[in-house]
Amino acid sequence: MAAPTTLPSALADAARDESSLRRFLHGLPGVDQVGVEQRAAGLGTRSIKKASKLHAIDLAISMVDLTTLEGADTAGKVRSLAAKAKRPDPDRPDVPKVAAVCVYPDMVRTAADELTGTGINIASVATAFPSGRSTMDIKLADTRFAVEQGATEVDMVIDRGAFLSGRYGQVFEEIVKVKEACGDAHLKVILETGELVTYDNVRRASWLALLAGGDFIKTSTGKVQPAATLPVTHVMLQAVRDWQTQTGELRGVKPAGGIRSTKDAIKYLVAVHEVAGPEWLDPNLFRFGASTLLNDLLMQRRTQLDGHYSGPDYVTVD
Amino acid sequence: MSDRISVAKTYKLYIGGAFPRSESGRSYPVTDSKGTFLANAAQGSRKDARDAVAAARKAFPGWSGATAYNRGQVLYRVAEVLEGRREQFITEVAASEGVQVKKAQSIVDTAIDRWVWYAGWTDKIAAVLGSSNPVAGPYFSFSTPEPTGVVAVLAPQQSSLLGLVSVIAPVIASGNTAVVITSQERPLPAITLSEVLATSDVPGGVVNIITGRTAEIAPWLASHADVNALDLTGAPESLRADLERSAAGTVKRVLRNKASEDFSVTPDMSRLRAYLETKTVWHPMGV
Repeated sequence: MAAPTTLPSALADAARDESSLRRFLHGLPGVDQVGVEQRAAGLGTRSIKKASKLHAIDLAISMVDLTTLEGADTAGKVRSLAAKAKRPDPDRPDVPKVAAVCVYPDMVRTAADELTGTGINIASVATAFPSGRSTMDIKLADTRFAVEQGATEVDMVIDRGAFLSGRYGQVFEEIVKVKEACGDAHLKVILETGELVTYDNVRRASWLALLAGGDFIKTSTGKVQPAATLPVTHVMLQAVRDWQTQTGELRGVKPAGGIRSTKDAIKYLVAVHEVAGPEWLDPNLFRFGASTLLNDLLMQRRTQLDGHYSGPDYVTVD
Repeated sequence: MSDRISVAKTYKLYIGGAFPRSESGRSYPVTDSKGTFLANAAQGSRKDARDAVAAARKAFPGWSGATAYNRGQVLYRVAEVLEGRREQFITEVAASEGVQVKKAQSIVDTAIDRWVWYAGWTDKIAAVLGSSNPVAGPYFSFSTPEPTGVVAVLAPQQSSLLGLVSVIAPVIASGNTAVVITSQERPLPAITLSEVLATSDVPGGVVNIITGRTAEIAPWLASHADVNALDLTGAPESLRADLERSAAGTVKRVLRNKASEDFSVTPDMSRLRAYLETKTVWHPMGV
């Protein structure tokens, strides 16, 4: 196994072989479950109002990965999603555009035709999403296909079965290979924290993904409950912050699934600011994987500016 | 017999089928007509109103999509539970409105009868207000009444039970969902009505009941873009014009009935008709 970049010796050692990787991951400090949940709940009570709220809403809109991952997706739906990504609130041109549109690989071409040149990224899930149950060759072919079609970001899933059985080397290898197959495209590694069960596992998987070269670590596919939660995101934000202190590199975090309201989104932004740091309040380093969240952000934005509550009749349907 | 310490009550709101505290954490004392303390009621805020509208919107597809017959059965069931709570209502109406028990009994009985009267209307509205239209062309044209949507109701300030029932029942009978701001000084019968609704078969969110200051919450409902109609019956006189003006901002239907309405007489269809939209379908006929 080879570490993808030049790392400080401790981290380079960790990635040397399977047993040193295991030693490193199991040597990570355990997560204080009660502590992290309390801190997450405590930060969630921060009151963000008026101008700060408006700023937070605009920031959150610019961080949205507008997602449609349904069996029933059609080219028409992807095109309408792309139109919404470019101009989320057609009545108000000052609303920022979203960060990316996230689709299945066969829809990437459709999305790319609409979005190339707009500055909006085209994200594609790959590697036998959402279960990750397929052979390495198929996963790599899936990734290459998405990139060929025009994806600028790839969201891969890790093999949770292998991770939970302790075959960390295999998971590491997969991420490294998929990263190679991505070429210039950014790689987001989905940990599917709902299936990892413990915070300790989330911390280990986060470090594993960072060591293997993932540009982003992402909580969930959105197909498994529980999806993104605040405490899990805390643990992952701690990992990218620690990664930055040790290597100087900035890596991103993307909570996905279950974030539906502006209130929730703002709680996440507070966590990003407090746990990782203000430099992570940037669409290149923090994203929301969401579909219904955008409409709520737009309604709240209108409420802030118009002085009265808005309603779903005034935003586009998903 | 030993002196028993009475159970002091602090009531909550009724939103989405649950009984949450006011988001603001406030409550206010409710007294009887002579000023004696009765209970604490939650003092709802604009955010409670917003949550109530969201709950009402969520409940709308299910309630408006239920068959008229089914809605009628649910409303009859409410009347049954009202009847079971008759004694409690009599006590509360007597205390709130400062009337004799005999008068309170007659008010409660009329209120229950009023509910049954509206329950009977559910499956007759379409027949009475709908029509098949004679048109000059090869079309079958017919019109049917459909519910308007989420209705914000400012309940009468004086008539705490009969007035309340007379403004809520016509809203939900035709398939609308309601957000009700109760009488400010006399909220207890409304709180008990919310307990009745919660324990009958009315789906959560169809009726949402908020206690508190009408003048504080009403403007937020009048301007709320997701509210489709507004009943001004219990609005303070000084606010009526402003409320109508902000309701016009999102073209709400506004019912401008006066607070002095006499609820003891059997009503006509006007309140039912106020929250209905007419849908007309033109169906081409074969050659």
